[in-house]
Parts: sequence; C-alpha cells; structure tokens
Amino acid sequence: MMEKLFEKSVVVLSWIAGLLLISSLLLLIAYLVYKGGSSLRLSLIFGDTAPIDALMLKRQVFDGLLPAIAGTLLLIIGSMLIAIPVGVAAGIYMAEYCRGTMKALLNLAFDILAGVPSIIVGLAGLLLTIFLNRKFQGQISTCLLISCFSLASLVLPYIIRTTQTALEAVDPIVRKTAPVLGASRLQNITMVLLPNSVSDIISGVILATGRCAEDTAVIMLTGAVATAGIPRSVFDQYEALPFYIYYISSQYTGPDELAQGFGAAIILLILCTGLLVSTLWIQRRLSTILLYR
Amino acid sequence: MRFWTYSVNEYLFLIAAVFSGLLAVAIFCFLLFFGLPLLQSGQLADLLFSSWAPDKGLYGIYPMLIISLTLATLSMLISFPVSLGCSFVITSLAPVRLRRILLAIIRVMTGIPTVVYSFAALFLLVPIMRNLVGHGSGMSILTAAPVLALVIAPTMILFFVDSLNKVSSSFTLAVDALGGSEIQKLLYVILPLAWPGIVNGVLLGFGRAMGDTMVSLMLAGNSTAVPESMTESARTLTAHIALVMAFDFDSMEFKSIFVCGLFLYILTAALMLLFRMSTVYFSERT
Repeated sequence: MMEKLFEKSVVVLSWIAGLLLISSLLLLIAYLVYKGGSSLRLSLIFGDTAPIDALMLKRQVFDGLLPAIAGTLLLIIGSMLIAIPVGVAAGIYMAEYCRGTMKALLNLAFDILAGVPSIIVGLAGLLLTIFLNRKFQGQISTCLLISCFSLASLVLPYIIRTTQTALEAVDPIVRKTAPVLGASRLQNITMVLLPNSVSDIISGVILATGRCAEDTAVIMLTGAVATAGIPRSVFDQYEALPFYIYYISSQYTGPDELAQGFGAAIILLILCTGLLVSTLWIQRRLSTILLYR
Repeated sequence: MRFWTYSVNEYLFLIAAVFSGLLAVAIFCFLLFFGLPLLQSGQLADLLFSSWAPDKGLYGIYPMLIISLTLATLSMLISFPVSLGCSFVITSLAPVRLRRILLAIIRVMTGIPTVVYSFAALFLLVPIMRNLVGHGSGMSILTAAPVLALVIAPTMILFFVDSLNKVSSSFTLAVDALGGSEIQKLLYVILPLAWPGIVNGVLLGFGRAMGDTMVSLMLAGNSTAVPESMTESARTLTAHIALVMAFDFDSMEFKSIFVCGLFLYILTAALMLLFRMSTVYFSERT
C-alpha cells in the first residue's frame, strides 16, 4: 500500500515538475511579447534613419538597434572564423591521430576549458589586453578582435568535442574501406570521414554560434560598450545585443528605452532559439540530403 | 606517436590541438601572473577569510565566496527535483509523441540567453519579491535562485534523460515481461542503474550554477556585505569579477579580482575532474 502511494506521488510530482518548467517558459515568452511586442517595428532597428541609408552605412543610426545587431553578427562571424578551423582541425587530430598520454592530457585540458566560467575567459581576455597595452605602449585597448578571440576560446572545446565524437562514431566498415583501396590517411579523412559526419559537426558549430551570440560576461569585459556605432575596424569598440539588454536593465531612463530593451530581448531570443531549432532540423535532414542528392 | 611521418596538413592538426589545449593553461597562467604579487605577500588567508571593506584596507572575498556557494546550492535544491521529474516525464511517463515534443522544447531551452531570463525576471520577479519581503529593492539571493534554477535545468534534464535512456533494454524488457508498470520500471530498475549519470548531471549543473554571471549580477543586488538573511542583497564571485571595470587597474581591488578568478577556475576544474573520474570509474564497473 505504501509503495503504491509512493509510486503515485512520484508520478504526480513529476508531471507537476514538467508543467512548472513549461509554464515558466511560456510565462517568459508571453511576458516578453506583452512588454516588447509593440516596439517590434522597423524603427526599433533603424531609429529615425532611413533603412537604406543605414544599411549602406551612409548615416549613423543613433536610437535604433542596428549597431548592436551588427556588433553581434560581427562577433559571431569573427569568433567563428577563428574557432571553426582551429576546432575542426584539433577535433580531427584528437579522433584520428592522438593516442596515449597525449590524448589523456589534451582531453583533460579541453574538459577544463569547457568548464571554465565565461566570466573567467572574459577576465583572461581583459588581462591579455592589459598585457598587450603595456607591451605596445597603449596602442591596443579592448576591441572587437580581443572579444572574438575570447569568445572563440570559450566555444573551442564544444567544436573540438563534436568533431571528435562525430568522427569516432563513423562506422568501422566505412572507415576502413578507403585505406584498403589505397587512399592515404589524409584522403580518408577529407573524402570519407568528414563528409560522413558533416551534419553532426555543423550542428556543433551552430550550437557554438548560439553561445557566441548570447554570451554577455565575456564581451562586457573585452570591449562591448553602450554607444559606439557600427565598428569600422577590428580594433574598434562595438555594441552588442546582450550587452545592450544588460545596459538597459540598469540604465534605462524612460518607458521608451525600456520597450526597446524588451524588443532587443525578443530579437536575441529569436536569434538564439532559431539557431537551436536549425540544429534539430539539420540533424534530421542534412544526412538525408547529402546521401540522396 | 609517429610525429616524423606526418605531412604538413597533419602538423597543422597537431598544432591546432596543442594550441587549444594550451589555452586552458594560458588562462590559468594569466590569472596567476597578475595575482602572484598578492599571493606572494602572504595575505592569502586574509584574502580568503576577511570581509570586503576597501576603506579599511580589507579586500577579502569571503562574502562573495559564501554567497556563490549558497546561491549555487539553493538553485540546485530547486532545480534538481524539477529536472529529475521532467526527465521522468520525458523518458517514461508521457505518451511517445509528447516525449519527442518535450525533448525538443528542452533542447531549445538550452539556447535561451541567460541575459534574457534575467532581464524578464528583473521586471517580473523583482517587484513581486519586493512586495513579499516588504523592504529593500527586491533583489536578493532568493530572487536569483529560482531564475538560476531555470537556467541550469535544461542541461541537467538532457543529461538525466540521456543516462536514463542508456539503461540496457534487457533490464527494462524483463520488467515488462513481469508485468511491471512504467513507474515501477523507472523507480526500481532504471533509476538504481542510472544513478551514476544522475550524479554526473548534478556535478555539471553545480558547475554551471557557480559559473553563471548574468543572473546573479542582475538579480542578486551586488551588495558586498555578508547578508543576514536570504532576502537581502548580495554579490557572487562572478558578479564581483564582472564589476571589475569599476576599479583602477593598479588598485588592490583590481588585484583581488584575480584571487576570485583563480578560485573559480580551480573549483570548476576540480568539478570537471571529478565528473570525468566518476564517468570513468562507473563505466569500468558496469
């Protein structure tokens, strides 16, 4: 009898837990839409400037989100340009070449890097800047390049891990076919193993992109500022969506700015969840497309 | 390890891997390099255990340390039962179609930016807390904890679901053959077999809770005093580091940041090590 009661209560409590989680998610989305939905107009992004002029960089946008969105996109592109080649190459090395003590050591290093809080990575980026600043007599300060580099080191372990596990999961029969036919190790990797695991690698990369887009702690220490306009070079400071949201939360002056903050939150939410939904889609579709093209 | 037979491309792979591995070391070295003067001066005990009062020459990080641990523990206490319940629902209680949908929702939830959670909570939860407590700003450990719990829940759920699903079907089919119900199968067979995975999920969740910056920075209030109750404003280690820009780069305040950084780095590295060791240990036993 007691056991029956225990089982029943576990079932009921589990369902309550599930409902609690889903309802808090719905509450979050509903609240954001309720508060920021009305601000979702073209003027949220472009302010008073004509969209064409703003996009052609003819005129600066002052009261819109365009600089922040551009900053976030540049951050994503920059850090991915660093992280993808290095991460995939390192993943290939880990899966195909690395053995023994070296593998254990590198595995440990990647684990630690993956666990390091983003604020520590940001702090390290700031220290690097201070270091460079002393070395080059004040020519380098916090900027887009430093942020990209810090964000890249934040997401590197994810890309390495997904590449490594994707390569290691390739069917042993597929793996051995090309070498038997006389292909070199490198040919086997580039022509057989990588194409076979590309959907997993791409979804890993997209997940990493999402982390770059959402991370606030790193960029707030390495060069994101409240007003900078669209950066002209990689040595400029820049605006970014997550930092803008954080800034508005503490510095807003009126309901208009607050509504803009909610609008920014909605845009960031759509960007990040959109990236995640696309990984779910890719994992289902991409392997089929590549197989039957 | 036949380095001399490598081609140019293969050397590039090697360099990329070693470079990435060295990043973990480099971050530690940077923190150590800048924090070393302070550590050498023999004030480590002072730093760790005194309070934060720059006007009296005290730069201890003890209050932040305690707050970080309290907040992480509290949010784990909320998040763990909810995550476990959700993973039960997803693995066996819900109808199959609903399981897929729920799992997809949880996956997408891992991508919701922390700053969005905190921003919404700042205007939704903080006023409620202010009214409930009756004094203060409404920003407190108690406000930050449920939000942090929501942030770490999806990761833990995915991990739990993964380890519950890994239990071999020879066990679960045996229960089905004996006429056990879904919940009996879950409670008496799957859970006892999957608990190492549950422990690992908790370690991972705790690490994330300790390392999260935005929730505590925006919702906990950032007062440097040791709070007397859960409803008072407080500052975590991560928030303390995030506020570093407010300090002069040559000041003691700035230097004490590195001790915070070193502590967090060592703690999360230790958690990761524990996580790996327990994974290896349990996979060898079964």
